[in-house]
Amino acid sequence: MSNSTSKKPASKGRRRFLIDSARTACGVGLLGLGIGIYSKSASSMAPMAIRPPGALDEADFLASCTRCGLCVRDCPYNILKLADVGDDVPTGTPYFMARTDPCEMCEDIPCIPVCPTGALDHKLTDINEARMGLAVVVDQETCIAFLGLRCEVCFNVCPIRGDAITLDYRHNERSGKHALFIPIVHSDACTGCGLCERACILDEAAIKIFPMHLAKGELGKHYRLGWEKKDEAGGSLVTPDQEHRYNLPEGVRYDHTGEGLIFDQANAPAMTTPDAAMQETPFSSNPLDTLKKGIQEAD
Amino acid sequence: MARYTVLGAEAIRKKGWWQAHKWLILRRLSQIGILLLFMLGPWAGIWILKGNLSSSLLFDVVPMTDPFVFLQMLATGYSTIATEAITGALIILAFYLLFGGRLFCSWVCPVNLVTDAAFWLRRRLGIKTGANFLRNTKYWMLGMVLLVAAVSGVMAYELVNPVSMLHRGIIFGMGVGWLVIAGIFLFDLFVAKRGWCTNLCPMGAFYGLLGKVSPIRVRADDRSKCDDCAECFVVCPEPQIIPAILKGEEKGIPPVILSGECTNCGRCIDICGEDVFHFGLRFDQSKAALSKQEMNAAALKQQ
Ligand code: SF4
Ligand code: SF4
Ligand code: SF4
Ligand code: SF4
Ligand code: SF4
Repeated sequence: MSNSTSKKPASKGRRRFLIDSARTACGVGLLGLGIGIYSKSASSMAPMAIRPPGALDEADFLASCTRCGLCVRDCPYNILKLADVGDDVPTGTPYFMARTDPCEMCEDIPCIPVCPTGALDHKLTDINEARMGLAVVVDQETCIAFLGLRCEVCFNVCPIRGDAITLDYRHNERSGKHALFIPIVHSDACTGCGLCERACILDEAAIKIFPMHLAKGELGKHYRLGWEKKDEAGGSLVTPDQEHRYNLPEGVRYDHTGEGLIFDQANAPAMTTPDAAMQETPFSSNPLDTLKKGIQEAD
Repeated sequence: MARYTVLGAEAIRKKGWWQAHKWLILRRLSQIGILLLFMLGPWAGIWILKGNLSSSLLFDVVPMTDPFVFLQMLATGYSTIATEAITGALIILAFYLLFGGRLFCSWVCPVNLVTDAAFWLRRRLGIKTGANFLRNTKYWMLGMVLLVAAVSGVMAYELVNPVSMLHRGIIFGMGVGWLVIAGIFLFDLFVAKRGWCTNLCPMGAFYGLLGKVSPIRVRADDRSKCDDCAECFVVCPEPQIIPAILKGEEKGIPPVILSGECTNCGRCIDICGEDVFHFGLRFDQSKAALSKQEMNAAALKQQ
């Protein structure tokens, strides 16, 4: 830099300086590009690596976690690890593997307040509100509950069983006389702690924790569930509810609550024998008559 | 006496072994001591320092966060930063502003142990090969790191930063990461003299900028005693900053190294048989017969 100030070789010095600068800029720029691209590929986490409770969504997490390991240190169960170079998790960031070291869902969540940056959100104070991931019964072919055997281990170890995971009783089609006790996970309560995955008695767990974005589907933003909207509004939002009407002959009604066709005693022809019923049916033998009858009435 | 024959022999003869190695030894004690303080926790359950250089807790109370990492965090656009990180970054910032930015490099950074070893071996083996970098490449690197963070929205450099990688690796365990450190050692040994720390490390660049204003400086008040042995020039990791000060008496340059690139390592103090250098304050004028204005003017010119 300084040699460009001397008079005579100024242009030469400046030339050299410009070339050197260009060289440096190119080199550093390429390196930056490399790091940028690497960061993009390194940001896709292995699906089995789960972030500690309270972790911000992945993009914000990678913007804020300093990789200090304070959360790792303050976890009394020692489940958290900092990713090593070359792991399928961004270098230095904390994660746990549910199958071997699930989160024990400490009531005071000691891993969170110690995080200096808020990469683990300090606003999370109730561990039941944590959403580290979501348990999914991924394999209904090997889960022995689906085979008709009694297991329910995942259900029993769940700290919030009954809410996060319930048992659904279904008919065992194979034996014809037994029940299946099917574990069902509910995303509105499951924290993704992974205790169920560790407990699964199979060689390879049939219930696994996945990061939310892998475990959950998402309705299109434009979807409105009519029945929910109706409940919210206290009535139909489109046209007033129409009672469904059937084109039934005189003296016959239809009961929605289960009874089905009802023949009013007075008008309905008595049905003594099946034969008589067949002959004295109120329906015309020509179905068109019934249809037309409806139209005529409407007129 | 002109050029030295055996590096450091003169200083040992004149001042004794301890005085000729004092700062080097203290520096190594500091570097290793800090690592040990972090290790005492996992090893012995004594938690003096918890975490690592990126963020830590002293006695489970005082938060500390590396301002370089903090700056990257800001660059990503992440804004809901918890107070601990802000307080922690301010504490560390204040410390290095006071004691010299690149004090971090020579007294704390674990990579310095690696690059110093490479430099020592390089001199022993007489390796002269060297790629040339533009003097300010590391500042380009610093700019690049912040730009990549801003564009990608994540702390991308922290995926590869060898400083945090090594420190974290020593404390929390590391496998493949050692290859990166070996790579830096070999780079400094064969590819470029003091290649990483002096030329490339953006962290060094960041602390160098902090160091521009810190009051604790290496002074050369006794520069008239200099006998041109050039030993300080050989051991200094940033040798380009020495001659102007050492030979600047006539030009009115104050006898104090004001460049932020000085790492306050004190090797020049150790190695000088004539005791030209010492640690002092930026504005200490007891020996320099310069008015403050003169000094500031010269300092401006020097920067
Ligand atoms: S909630 Fe408890 S077990 Fe789970 S990660 Fe935090 S400290 Fe560890
Ligand atoms: S404590 Fe926070 S910043 Fe530190 S490693 Fe854990 S999540 Fe990252
Ligand atoms: S991960 Fe399993 S054990 Fe944990 S809350 Fe969800 S269902 Fe329960
Ligand atoms: S230049 Fe970088 S690697 Fe070298 S000592 Fe300083 S911070 Fe550490
Ligand atoms: S001038 Fe002295 S203290 Fe500063 S970096 Fe060089 S040898 Fe170290």
